[in-house]
Amino acid sequence: MAEVEETLKRIQAHKGVIGTIVVNAEGIPIRTTLDNSTTVQYAGLLHQLTMKARSTVRDIDPQNDLTFLRIRSKKHEIMVAPDKEYLLIVIQNPCE
Amino acid sequence: MKLPQLYTGVAGSVLAAGERGQWEMHGEALLCEARGTMEIVYVYVKKRSEFGRPCNFSDRPAETSVDILPDPTLAAHFIERDPVDTGVQCASVMSEHEVNTERFEMEARGVNHVEGGWPKDVNALEMEQTIRFRKKVEKDENYINTIIHLGSLMEHCIKQNNAINIYEEYFEEEQLSEVEDEPPSAKTINVFRDPNAIKRTATHLSWHPDASRKLAVAYSCLEFQRSATDMSPDSYIWDLESPNKPDLVLKPSSPLVCLEYNPKDSHVLVGGCYNGQIAYWDTRKGGQPVELSTVELSHRDPVYGAIWLQSKTGTDCFSASTDGQVLWWDIRKLTEPTETLVMDISRKGLLENALGAVSLEFEPTMPTKFMVGTEQGMVITCNRKAKTPAEKIVGTYSGHHGPVYALARNPFYPKNFLTVGDWTARIWSEDSRESSIMWTKYHMSYLTSGCWSTIRPAVFFTTKMDGTLDVWDFLFKQNDPSLSLKVCDEPLFSLRLQDNGRFIGCGSQLGTVTLLEISSGLCTLQKNEKTLATAMFERETKREKILEARHREMRLKERARSEGKEEEAKEDGPSESPEELLARAQKEFFEIIDAERRRREQGSAKGPTTQEEDEEEGKEDLYKD
Repeated sequence: MAEVEETLKRIQAHKGVIGTIVVNAEGIPIRTTLDNSTTVQYAGLLHQLTMKARSTVRDIDPQNDLTFLRIRSKKHEIMVAPDKEYLLIVIQNPCE
Repeated sequence: MKLPQLYTGVAGSVLAAGERGQWEMHGEALLCEARGTMEIVYVYVKKRSEFGRPCNFSDRPAETSVDILPDPTLAAHFIERDPVDTGVQCASVMSEHEVNTERFEMEARGVNHVEGGWPKDVNALEMEQTIRFRKKVEKDENYINTIIHLGSLMEHCIKQNNAINIYEEYFEEEQLSEVEDEPPSAKTINVFRDPNAIKRTATHLSWHPDASRKLAVAYSCLEFQRSATDMSPDSYIWDLESPNKPDLVLKPSSPLVCLEYNPKDSHVLVGGCYNGQIAYWDTRKGGQPVELSTVELSHRDPVYGAIWLQSKTGTDCFSASTDGQVLWWDIRKLTEPTETLVMDISRKGLLENALGAVSLEFEPTMPTKFMVGTEQGMVITCNRKAKTPAEKIVGTYSGHHGPVYALARNPFYPKNFLTVGDWTARIWSEDSRESSIMWTKYHMSYLTSGCWSTIRPAVFFTTKMDGTLDVWDFLFKQNDPSLSLKVCDEPLFSLRLQDNGRFIGCGSQLGTVTLLEISSGLCTLQKNEKTLATAMFERETKREKILEARHREMRLKERARSEGKEEEAKEDGPSESPEELLARAQKEFFEIIDAERRRREQGSAKGPTTQEEDEEEGKEDLYKD
């Protein structure tokens, strides 16, 4: 329990990190450092995108799997670390 | 059974074609072929009782029916062609086809996603339940392990991002300094057609002041007593992305001639109707006008211009009409005008002497001043804050032969303004009352509208009756437009440039609004352009002033001379009889004509003069008059 808290706190403390969200397999946000409406939007959309990305990678090569997803946008970078059950989403402004 | 034979009488011999399929004959059939002088007749006979009987074909050797021997006299007429001309097509043969595909109607729709995915027994709206669910998940062993694992993975990436910016642009400045040197151009972005069966003219356009995603268009028929009884009075606000369906339909009682967004409140629009009424809309309240001015206290002619004033409340506007009145309004109390001014240049305030206003200009940086373009081709400058109504009319500028359809102050040098009327566009300086300082050549078709570029001080746009849009850059060249673009086949009627100077809307007589994007060269400020433009306007104003002074001098001289002559005429007047006077006048007349003819001959012998000299000569001639 404490270890999880520590990990998330450490991530949030890094330079340029705007928010951290943990999402479960159904797309429900479990933990967040952002406000509720933003969190729900990010969680729902990125969950879908990650599932699509994962199935794309698997369709191309069934032995392969998605390990990480980085989305570079004009304003910031959205990083998604997927797992079987959960997704860890971090929004970072890298040019700060 | 015998069958008809085909004859080809070319050289004289006839070939029997033999049995050639089935022919059904009724009675007597004649087959003949006449070519030149030859006439071969072959009679085929069949008994009536044998009609309709099934054919029984059989083989037989070819036989000669007719034998025409070669005629040597014909050969003598034969002329061999030498040389022989034969056409050869080198390029491949092409053809052009047009297909009108079925129109594809598009529609914008939205879906509202709501929060979901929670287990059945958890109500997403119940705070307590969701917290309990989250707590339960966070205690899960699997969750803890996963997050620790993902956390280390994520940290690695965050550190990567913070260590080096892999997308850093090293040569940003150098790329910016490169100036694109492309020829001026414009491309059509979208076309908005009047959806009604009876097409009306797009008389006025107004851009949404903030987002610039929307364009309000006023539609009306300005031809006197030509509008059909079942013509729709509606005007539309278009979303630039969807040309099929208007964003909002404005439903006035009489068609709108002008329509203007309030720059302070983009939900509010003021419109001037064909019947002279003023109405205002709030787009949040729908297409019905919020309030209308009373007919008795409104204009008595179509309202050609309505502009918002820069007041604190943002509710004041003023309007002008061909009835010769300028009225001020406050939309909080639209029933009656707050102020009235009659466009009577004799300063008596008589409505019957008033000049009809067809265009209106107001510059927010000069809040007390405004200008009116009249049907008579005169521009009137006014000062709203003058003490007496007579003093409100400050001065006039005349030079157009027809109505001044457009009037606009230069956004960079408000002392200079552009007028569009008859076949020319003219640039004036406030200091030079007598004539314009610069002008375009006389075009083949009427000019209908014009405006300045918001970015470049010496660039302006004009529209013509032949459907072309002209872009002028007076610093580059003044004889011809920099860009002349045929927008549509019908006459263009209105024009409005977006504040960013890049997008331009052109309304046509048949209600088609074409949205154009002009090339970046025409909407980016060039090096030294402002100083050059200042110099150009100052130079031309100075030139015009010198000419004006000279003109005045000549007029004074002329007057002095004519006064002297009059005295002379009085002295010897009674001694001449009317016949003598007539003879003298005739003589003088022919002398002048002869002298002029001689001068012309000499002139043509000299060869053509350059255009500028011609212009100067023309100008001097004008002044002599």
